[in-house]
Amino acid sequence: MAELFSNVTNITWQQVVMWVIGGVLIYLAIKKDMEPTLLLPLGFGAILVNLPLSGAVTQIYDGAEEVGVIDVLFDAGIANELFPLLLFVGIGAMIDFGPLLSNPKLMIFGAAAQFGIFFTLSLASLLGFEMKDAASIAIIGAADGPTSIFVANFLGSQYIGAIMVAAYSYMALVPVVQPPVIKLLTTKKERLIRMPFRQQSVSKLTKILFPIIITAITGIVSPRSVALIGFLMFGNLVRECGVLDSLSETAQKVLANLVTLFLGITIATKMQAEMFLTPQTLMIIVLGLVAFVFDTAGGVLIAKLINLFLPKNKKLNPMIGAAGISAFPMSARVVHKMGLKEDPQNFLLMHSIGVNVSGQIASVIAGGLILNMLA
Amino acid sequence: MNLDFDAFLDTLPIMGMGMAGIFIVTIVIILAMVILQKVTQPKDKE
Repeated sequence: MAELFSNVTNITWQQVVMWVIGGVLIYLAIKKDMEPTLLLPLGFGAILVNLPLSGAVTQIYDGAEEVGVIDVLFDAGIANELFPLLLFVGIGAMIDFGPLLSNPKLMIFGAAAQFGIFFTLSLASLLGFEMKDAASIAIIGAADGPTSIFVANFLGSQYIGAIMVAAYSYMALVPVVQPPVIKLLTTKKERLIRMPFRQQSVSKLTKILFPIIITAITGIVSPRSVALIGFLMFGNLVRECGVLDSLSETAQKVLANLVTLFLGITIATKMQAEMFLTPQTLMIIVLGLVAFVFDTAGGVLIAKLINLFLPKNKKLNPMIGAAGISAFPMSARVVHKMGLKEDPQNFLLMHSIGVNVSGQIASVIAGGLILNMLA
Repeated sequence: MNLDFDAFLDTLPIMGMGMAGIFIVTIVIILAMVILQKVTQPKDKE
């Protein structure tokens, strides 16, 4: 009987704290509907890997190593960047780049809204993080889970667990984080600016050539990001080609669901108490928020800057710049709702969706550039 | 907590190059998209 409960004595307070954190993540996923596809597996995984002598992760028993299944999954799917890339095929198949193609200039906001990444990189370095860790933390500002995992893993950051938690938490918190920043940086008059949307037809050929051309351009400029952008655009090509509807549907639903199912629980291996319960984790959570805030600010401020050069009747509503972060389609919806709140006849959705999908591309390019410069 | 100002200064060129890089790639993509739209737009029949 005593042997049955002998493992109880192996429980540490740090593990108990991690159970609580896991429980909170599960609560947020179920009760608050915050990115449940990721936070629920992550929360459960946090509990699973923090049970004393958990067989789910690699342990040393009697001097011999016993490989845990979560570590097997990590080596097979995360350490080689496979899972995030497969997920990108699904995401690419879900995105309609039509609104962006009908107004390509919107891409400039996607670029500006990556400012938070580079600002956070500098800030994290100032706070004493090594360059590879600072860059991995900064990429939380990409507001793009797979890119965060890809970059953090590529650079070999030890903080990948905390980075994942921060990245997905803030993506879920976009409706909370962005509005105050947007309001702070814009006047009521600016938020009331109407932007009529002129539907421009986009040919099927354009939609087919777009993913191929984007892959070629970013691949040439930033070869290290070619896998990221390539898989995203491959998914989009499958969607737009018109002859692979079944594959497109599979990528959007089955493939994306399958990868997502294992992604969170696999990342949880990096949430073992001894790695996760450090002051650095708290700092990463704060730095992630900084990245999101400065991304939003970058997008809004570039719109205000452009407005200085536009005639009075062609001014942009600077709020659309905030949708340049990659959190799709949440950020576009936030901007649209803010516009409606100011003026119930102001429909910004098509513009903000265009900016939002450009943010998806720009965040991948930002990730690739960081890898190019640092790896 | 120690603030590492040297490391911070080291990252400033990365910030500059990174933002410049993103804008350059973005402008190239915008130009490519504009050309693509022009080339593939169906011609109106009179």
